[in-house]
Amino acid sequence: MSATGHEHGHDDHGHHHKETFITKYIFSQDHKMISKQYLITGLIMGFIGIAMSLLFRMQLAWPGQSFPIFEAVLGKWAPDGVMDADIYLALVTIHGTIMVFFVLTAGLSGTFSNLLIPLQIGARDMASGFLNMVSYWLFFLSSIIMVTSLFVEAGPAAAGWTIYPPLSALPMAQPGSGAGMTLWLVSMAIFIASSLLGSLNYIVTVINLRTKGMSMTRLPLTIWAFFVTAIIGVISFPVLLSAALLLIMDRSFGTSFFLSDIFIQGEVLHYQGGSPVLYEHLFWFLGHPEVYIVLLPALGITSEVMSTNARKPIFGYRAMVASILAIAFLSTIVWGHHMFISGMNPFLGSVFTFTTLLIAIPSAVKAFNYITTLWKGNLQLNPAMLFSIGLVSTFITGGLTGIILGDSTLDINVHDTYFVVAHFHLVMGISALYGLFAGVYHWFPKMFQGRMMNKNLGYVHFWITAVCAYGVFFPMHFVGMAGVPRRYYENTAFPMFDELTNVQVLMTVFAIIAGLAQLVFVYNFISSIFYGKKGSMNPWKSNTLEWTAPQEHIHGNWPGEIPHVYRWAYDYSKTYENGEYIIAGQDFVPQNVPLQENEEELNH
Amino acid sequence: MTALLTFTVLALVAIAIWQMTKIFQLSQLKTEHTEVANDSDNNTNGYLLFAFLIFIYGITIFSFAKYSKMLLPEAASEHGGEYDQLMWVSFAIIFFVQTITQALLHYFGYKYRGQEGRKALFYADNDRLEFIWTIIPVIVLAGLILWGLYTWTTIMDVNDEDDPIVIELYAQQFNWTARYAGEDNVLGDANVRLIDINRANVLGIDEADPNGGDDVIVKELHLPVGRKVNFKMRSQDVLHSAYMPHFRAQMNCVPGMITQFSFTPTVTTEEMRRNPDVVDKVKRTNAIRAERAAEGIPNSDPWEFDYILLCNKICGKSHYNMQMKIIVETEEEFNKWMAEQKTFKENMTPAE
Repeated sequence: MSATGHEHGHDDHGHHHKETFITKYIFSQDHKMISKQYLITGLIMGFIGIAMSLLFRMQLAWPGQSFPIFEAVLGKWAPDGVMDADIYLALVTIHGTIMVFFVLTAGLSGTFSNLLIPLQIGARDMASGFLNMVSYWLFFLSSIIMVTSLFVEAGPAAAGWTIYPPLSALPMAQPGSGAGMTLWLVSMAIFIASSLLGSLNYIVTVINLRTKGMSMTRLPLTIWAFFVTAIIGVISFPVLLSAALLLIMDRSFGTSFFLSDIFIQGEVLHYQGGSPVLYEHLFWFLGHPEVYIVLLPALGITSEVMSTNARKPIFGYRAMVASILAIAFLSTIVWGHHMFISGMNPFLGSVFTFTTLLIAIPSAVKAFNYITTLWKGNLQLNPAMLFSIGLVSTFITGGLTGIILGDSTLDINVHDTYFVVAHFHLVMGISALYGLFAGVYHWFPKMFQGRMMNKNLGYVHFWITAVCAYGVFFPMHFVGMAGVPRRYYENTAFPMFDELTNVQVLMTVFAIIAGLAQLVFVYNFISSIFYGKKGSMNPWKSNTLEWTAPQEHIHGNWPGEIPHVYRWAYDYSKTYENGEYIIAGQDFVPQNVPLQENEEELNH
Repeated sequence: MTALLTFTVLALVAIAIWQMTKIFQLSQLKTEHTEVANDSDNNTNGYLLFAFLIFIYGITIFSFAKYSKMLLPEAASEHGGEYDQLMWVSFAIIFFVQTITQALLHYFGYKYRGQEGRKALFYADNDRLEFIWTIIPVIVLAGLILWGLYTWTTIMDVNDEDDPIVIELYAQQFNWTARYAGEDNVLGDANVRLIDINRANVLGIDEADPNGGDDVIVKELHLPVGRKVNFKMRSQDVLHSAYMPHFRAQMNCVPGMITQFSFTPTVTTEEMRRNPDVVDKVKRTNAIRAERAAEGIPNSDPWEFDYILLCNKICGKSHYNMQMKIIVETEEEFNKWMAEQKTFKENMTPAE
């Protein structure tokens, strides 16, 4: 439909402007460069976020003990190497913020939406390269501000990643609610702007710039996932922006949107008539879709990687698309399950229980479809494939406990305990990270001119991570069901939790090993950029269009004409009726290969 | 000692990583080296997937064997029994599904590991199969939803039937206060704007409200067994959450608003201390504490079981130590205790 537009566009690409270092590597408007910028920024933020988690895991396992590393990293916040309670909360808060927004939203969705949308739909670039560049640099700016907030005098934000007021609104309630919180809010406001610009760009690109023959039903599932994720982002991120703005007002200009009747440190504050519950509604109106903003791209990547490596079509393509749409729709009406015991009307709780358990249905369909995709396949167990299988495993394990948390009755006693922490780390944290890793291993050759990551280091990385992830988060459910609340600096104030310290030690040891295993990945990633073995043009024998583009990055992606599309992306191991492969000697039929004679056509 | 131990573990892990890379490398010596998985990679990782399935089952069994005794004892409230039952049914379903799906996932990963020349089955769709695994979750979830909602509505229906005792739970950084409604069983109006620390009006009770005079303010929560309690929660500064895990009860305390929760305690503290699970737990815990005492670590006195009210919403620096003891006792003991308490009026310093 937009093929003519492309051809004209291509004429313009014929005579290139001369690129300087700055326009090529820094203020680049090329989606491939921007995706690498997203990835590397995201990985650096991930390094910070994961390192923080190791620090507070050590505090949990050996409460109040002195560690030289605490003093080295935390300085005045760890006098004599003993972690301070305020900085513990700050670490937890910033860990959550960084991992959810900076790593798993920007680092995952930003990287792969940018890389894959134009390449897989057959477009020369994003609809607006300029906005795309602005989007990345706003993200970069917000990352810088977030990291800067770690160094302010009174400490970074420490009210939990959900920053519920009044705790987050009143500097006298905790030191982290001073300048640290202001920077947190500013950083997030910029982050939201970045995310919106990115999302709008993705939506417009997918709708308008598909190559000839690329109907919506022929889109790879990655693109469906990115597309729908962008839509959820556009719907829900503005609500978080409004929550952040109102909170800034309450903090700095004396309004009372979220505050009322407060007596603190010997004085009554003037706030009147606001409600913290309102903030909770606004926050979770983004906060819950955010879970799917994190997860859907990972599931999209898994669909693609799994099908390619199983040498089989993804099972139930239409059901997969329908599930993505159903999850997206439902994700915007389930936010109240974070608030069953917030004091909101219990009837609302009933409604949210209903919608929440509904969302388990499309999720279950997806899980079963993944499993069936493996059945009778010819599984090429590349590192990306292992991470995809790992994702399905943690997605199931973590998702199942959602049945408990989504049930308002059962939520009463496990709400805000380690049970919740275990649940969401498995279902969205670890799963989405696996999706990110699967994507990096799979599309590394596309990002770095055909160079590939070392598979053996990849295997080591996967297996240690997979074992440790369960090692950390499986026992954690039990800690939660024993009643241990999250965000406790130490559990020694309650003798009833004494015997659980051993479990904490076990989890922490697993966590530290898992953290070290990520260094293997870091080494593999960096060394492969420079010394990675060059593979063939289409190393995984994949059907999608990105592998028809040359390894060398060129502006406009394809020299000459953009490939046309004649089939869906999943014609793996397709045969004629007589059992011969469609293309003799190869078990895949790329999307740009026209239908052959006598080939049975599917409804795509 | 810990440092040395940690260091040893880390060193061993590093060696293990190095060795594993070696093994993966050696297993591919004969074939041409590319970064794409070949048959021997598929074999190795296929077997590892199977081993991983055993690991998942293993860690499940290990956790259950070792940790399930550490979970909360049987519920000590009327609705708690139903809560526990729903919880166990949900868990049974979860483990059933978990066991099967993980087995299929990893077994397929092992069974269909790639082989040069093997032909995968082109299998893109099967409406009937997809219908089946859509409808089964629908039915199961519908059951759970209905049961859950029925229980939820019962629990959350806070009403004045059965002569409940009315108690206010008042939260502030970082402690709890309880206010009993007194003889009239009606709490006096209160607002943080009326707090007058100098005159011991710490909860901001309206002195003009006749209902408030007989209110009793205490720092330890006593509950008569078998009598319904209607809790009214308030907070004076930030969000807190009144979490009473033994009673399967929790409600946030929100500044500017009164929230409520209601339950009937069914087991007295004394009875709970004699519960075999609790006896075992106390024994184990005190063994740990004795060890600590021997090493001269503070906070290691022997522990006696008590119900406890915890703060379960992040509220600042000492969030981790915001607690109040709950004592469930017989009606007589409760009345005796109550008679010893002074009312709000008696405690107030008279106005100048």
